[in-house]
Amino acid sequence: MQDYQTQQPTVLKILDAHREMPGNLLPILHGIQDTLGYIPPDAVPDIAKALNLSKAEVHGVVSFYHYFRVTPPGKHTIRICRAESCQSMNSKTLETHAKQTLNIDFHETSADGMFSLEPVYCLGNCACSPAITIDNEVFGRVSPEKFDQLLATFKGTE
Amino acid sequence: MTRLFISRDSTALSLGAELVAQTLQRHTAGQNIEIIRNGSRGLFWLEPLIEVETDAGRVAYGPVQPEDVASLLASGLLEGNQHPLYLGDIEALPYFKNQNRLTFARVGITDPVSLDDYLAHDGYRGLKNALALQPADIVKQVTESGLRGRGGAAFPTGIKWNTVLNAPAEQKYIVCNADEGDSGTFSDRMIMEGDPFVLIEGMTIAGLAVGATQGYIYLRIEYPHAKIALNQAIAAAYENGYLGENIQGSGKTFHLEVRSGAGAYVCGEETSLLESLEGKRGLVRFKPPLPAIVGLFGKPTIVNNVISLASIPVILDKGGEYYKNFGLGRSRGTLPIQLAGNIKHGGLFEAAFGVTLRELLYDYGGGSASGRPIRAVQVGGPLGAYMPESQFDTPLDYEAFAAIGAVLGHGGIVVHDDTTSLADMARYAMEFCVEESCGKCTPCRIGSTRGVEVIDRILDNVDKAKNTELLRDLCDTMTCGSLCAMGGMTPYPVLSALNHFPEDFGLQATKA
Repeated sequence: MQDYQTQQPTVLKILDAHREMPGNLLPILHGIQDTLGYIPPDAVPDIAKALNLSKAEVHGVVSFYHYFRVTPPGKHTIRICRAESCQSMNSKTLETHAKQTLNIDFHETSADGMFSLEPVYCLGNCACSPAITIDNEVFGRVSPEKFDQLLATFKGTE
Repeated sequence: MTRLFISRDSTALSLGAELVAQTLQRHTAGQNIEIIRNGSRGLFWLEPLIEVETDAGRVAYGPVQPEDVASLLASGLLEGNQHPLYLGDIEALPYFKNQNRLTFARVGITDPVSLDDYLAHDGYRGLKNALALQPADIVKQVTESGLRGRGGAAFPTGIKWNTVLNAPAEQKYIVCNADEGDSGTFSDRMIMEGDPFVLIEGMTIAGLAVGATQGYIYLRIEYPHAKIALNQAIAAAYENGYLGENIQGSGKTFHLEVRSGAGAYVCGEETSLLESLEGKRGLVRFKPPLPAIVGLFGKPTIVNNVISLASIPVILDKGGEYYKNFGLGRSRGTLPIQLAGNIKHGGLFEAAFGVTLRELLYDYGGGSASGRPIRAVQVGGPLGAYMPESQFDTPLDYEAFAAIGAVLGHGGIVVHDDTTSLADMARYAMEFCVEESCGKCTPCRIGSTRGVEVIDRILDNVDKAKNTELLRDLCDTMTCGSLCAMGGMTPYPVLSALNHFPEDFGLQATKA
């Protein structure tokens, strides 16, 4: 894990850029996660101080939202939809296959640091279920075979 | 110059539209063609779709894979000639022809982020009319249209706007709820990706109607392509005087900004959304006071969902009366219906209220994708009821659905074939509530956790009769005691599964 000292200037810059924005906590957290890949727990005191909130309040917001993470992600993040539409098209089989292939559970990162696996509840691709995303790309009608091909592709782009 | 259209819609992209566009670009390098990345027509089983503009109108081909491009070009794609993937005029297909496209009139036709294209296809005519009206008269048009919130609760939009109009305040807000993450719904996403200007125009009109100068679109983080399209369109609207100060020389002001959510389903609930926009945990607020009186940052606020706001421009363009003439009973206008899950022809189907589930599932949807019998459909998202075949003749109408204990919600229809266990789906509904409850009220937070346990005991044959009774009692507590629809409606999928499919729980059919 990176040393917070090297990350702090980035965090402070993001805090400064959002100083005047009403309701700025979520945009700040997005800014940090977009830049650093996650929200370092050590950043919480800095955020709290800048927004005149308690550390507990900031931590409460970070932990409330599924999207925010407090550990560094793998190189690529795979999100598998678990909602009803995808279930009706066998997403459970796909989920099991993904976990076995990557040898991890949801919210974990593969041993080689390549892939993080997260559940997601609806990508709005319900007419072509089951759906997944890898980073910001959406894929529809994903069978276990197609999943393996995608893994190979994303590994290949190294 | 030959113009070609390939969609930039997420679903088309999820099936390879980007690669098709790139391949086509490569094969036609040096030729006089332009590839326009449009929205999707919503006939998703035909995506990736290519349309080519010819003297005889647009000709469509699909579904196209990159390896088809060479043979398409060889057989005369650019002239609209025959090919095994030839579909002809997409608007002549029954799936498209039998729709009433009011809100989705431009989606799949125009370049979503081209303001010129929007203006050339009747865009901003509603705003032009609104600028000539008094605020109360704009609200009157909306009231007359009979439009009810398309987000699920179906509250009359005109009444909500009137409340905000009459609430005195130096600052008011327009908030677009673009965080509805119901499984089986994608109409919000499609309109934001396929015609973002219509939402921007609708919100601007809302601002004029109630005297609000600031708007926010609270957008699901799961929709990255929608964010790109919205921001491109907002930038174009600012540059051309359709947003900002002195809109089109009228002296009126409206500012608009997109804010990202962070993966909390409950933030689709309006008060939870407002908390989130204020930078807090998305905890549901007690009502009253209504957001129309005390909303964002304590000020009067219109919170409407995407489709409600996107329906406003056509109402102000053609009049409330025109819109009202579509529909049935107290359900006026059109509803963008989404066919999803295990369905052969999944996609978007905008129609006047009154079409039946059976027509949608079989005449247009073509039956299940697996080819097996359709056993149940869940309408209105994860908190909607599971409907058995015996209810497939119900017309899509808010009251007709309410009468049989179902909800129409956002018009999302998720199809399940006969391999689905409805007991598993009921358990999942409770599990989803555990995952997504904001935690503020006990019936939702604790009730859902206990609900999973009780269903597990039923499925494990532990005191079956007693636990079934307990499950019904628990559902009653959640329905009557929860603060918002998250806990209050989770019993819909659970009880409908139990009532219509008792055999999946290992129970005798006792009551319907």
